[in-house]
Amino acid sequence: MHEETVYEALDHAHGGEGQWAFGTGFDEPLAGVDTTVPEGIDPADLGAYCLMLGDDALVLCQRLTQWVTNAPELEEEVALANCGLDLLGQARLLLARAGSVGVLGRSRERATASIPDEDALAYFRDPDEFRHSGLVEAPNGDFGQTVVRLLAASAWRLALLNRLRESRDPVLAAIAAKGVPELTYHRDHAARWVLRLGDGTPESHRRTQAGVDAVWPLLADLFTATDVETRLTAAGVAVDPAELTDEVRDVLTLVLERATLTVPEWPTPQPSRGRAGEHSAEFTALLTELQSTAREHPAATW
Amino acid sequence: MSAPTLDRPTPDETVLQQQFDATIAADHRIEPRDWMPEGYRKGLIRQIAQHAHSEIIGMQPEGDWLLAAPSLRRKAILLAKVQDEAGHGLYLYSAAETLGADRADLTDKLIERKQKYSSIFNYPTLTYADVGVIGWLVDGAAICNQVPLCRSSYGPYARAMIRVCKEESFHQRQGYELLMTMMRGTDAQRAMVQESVDRWWWPSLMMFGPPDDDSPNSAQSMAWGVKRHSNDELRQRFVDMTVPQAEVLGVTLPDPELALDPETGRYRFGPIDWSEFKQVLAGNGPCNDERIARRRAARDDNAWVTEAATAYADKHAAVSA
Repeated sequence: MHEETVYEALDHAHGGEGQWAFGTGFDEPLAGVDTTVPEGIDPADLGAYCLMLGDDALVLCQRLTQWVTNAPELEEEVALANCGLDLLGQARLLLARAGSVGVLGRSRERATASIPDEDALAYFRDPDEFRHSGLVEAPNGDFGQTVVRLLAASAWRLALLNRLRESRDPVLAAIAAKGVPELTYHRDHAARWVLRLGDGTPESHRRTQAGVDAVWPLLADLFTATDVETRLTAAGVAVDPAELTDEVRDVLTLVLERATLTVPEWPTPQPSRGRAGEHSAEFTALLTELQSTAREHPAATW
Repeated sequence: MSAPTLDRPTPDETVLQQQFDATIAADHRIEPRDWMPEGYRKGLIRQIAQHAHSEIIGMQPEGDWLLAAPSLRRKAILLAKVQDEAGHGLYLYSAAETLGADRADLTDKLIERKQKYSSIFNYPTLTYADVGVIGWLVDGAAICNQVPLCRSSYGPYARAMIRVCKEESFHQRQGYELLMTMMRGTDAQRAMVQESVDRWWWPSLMMFGPPDDDSPNSAQSMAWGVKRHSNDELRQRFVDMTVPQAEVLGVTLPDPELALDPETGRYRFGPIDWSEFKQVLAGNGPCNDERIARRRAARDDNAWVTEAATAYADKHAAVSA
């Protein structure tokens, strides 16, 4: 190929929006989507539910991103960034959905009017206004613990999104349908690593078992419905997380046994503290960093 | 890696050299299994490895802003970009492997400082404007350097570079678009962009390497069609391309001698401080130690992961055999 042709190809590439990575274009996430709430659905509940699921994705994305430039292999740099990007895309859609039904908490009082809802929610809420689970906010630990957590989080989320494709809210159903193939890959990727590490060397087995033992107690608060989830399940919008228990437990048990790891006793379900806005000091540190630039320049547009 | 012994006479090396020279002269590609002079092979491995290392080390300065990107859209753009750089590193290490090199060995050489990477990545990223300026100036300079490599005489390198250049051009556009947005923002944002341009302009010009009369490897690389234009020619091309972009953006490039030469239609620019370049190249830049330390930690702290993956693969290959 001659140089001039390459320059031309680059010129053409500049017009090729299709070549941009997903979610990096110029439109807002829900641009052009009908965001009317179907009759019989409480918008406040719907928004609160979208925040729970959006915050789960945003916080786990931030944790996975902490691996970028520090991963064991270049292939893993690409894979973890890929999972992070998928989750970030889901978070943007879900936060935008919450904003579209007017659930913005105090963020709108703090954020400049020109800042889109997704950013007002991500950057201008305080820690106690976040609604994610304790599973996603826990620090990464080593690579073994990271992939065990990714396996658990993606098994739970995949089980949920699979069912949410039938949600009575068409926007939520569409977001779920988009997420299913993404989560299928994340769960598969994490499962393959758990197999390699559990059944690899004595050291990797020991480390990964320690990761399992650290992650397991965090599963306790994933399976008890909040009042919002209970009401929305009755309205055909949400899924009662208790329904996910068997599928998630079966998947995790299967992978751990194949990986020659010991499956700890299943924790007793308890009401979620994270969904009620109670978080660890580690989460405050994570959020402070995430919000640092945006809050330093509250009047700026990016 | 050794080729199977074929039951036919090995052609005389002089004949092989003639065939190689004819391929280069005809502007055709050398492919992995073709005969090539040892100097060509070694020079290419050095150049491709240095390029691959630059992609991987280059993830760090921008990667430092991944967790603090100021909007979710900017976070997505930056994460996709840093991911692309890891991908570029992968293609390039693979191209080097077609010449008989080994990725793990090249990584060791990077960490032991036996091979170099682009010095530009030894400067710190102090504000979010640096993310935009790296896209605009650093990726812009990289594109000037790399587009001619799409015609490199070595086929796998040339093909890898076509894809790399396309992606780099998105990155440059994204960087410029960030800067345009910031220039339309607050006074503080505009000041941030100007301050960043002030810091990155001269190091960007240094990315083209030493002046032609002080570039030890250039002549042979040009003769072999591995390199297509001289350092000074590419640098001039970059300046000519960038000055009008700076005007549109509304920033001042920090060079009082920068002026259009009405006779040539090209921009004259002031002298470059090559002593700074040599200091950074010698390992005394602001972030050399930090960059290598992170690469070393990624390798050493996670060595148990790689060992486990290898042990698992061996175990299961043995079972299925």
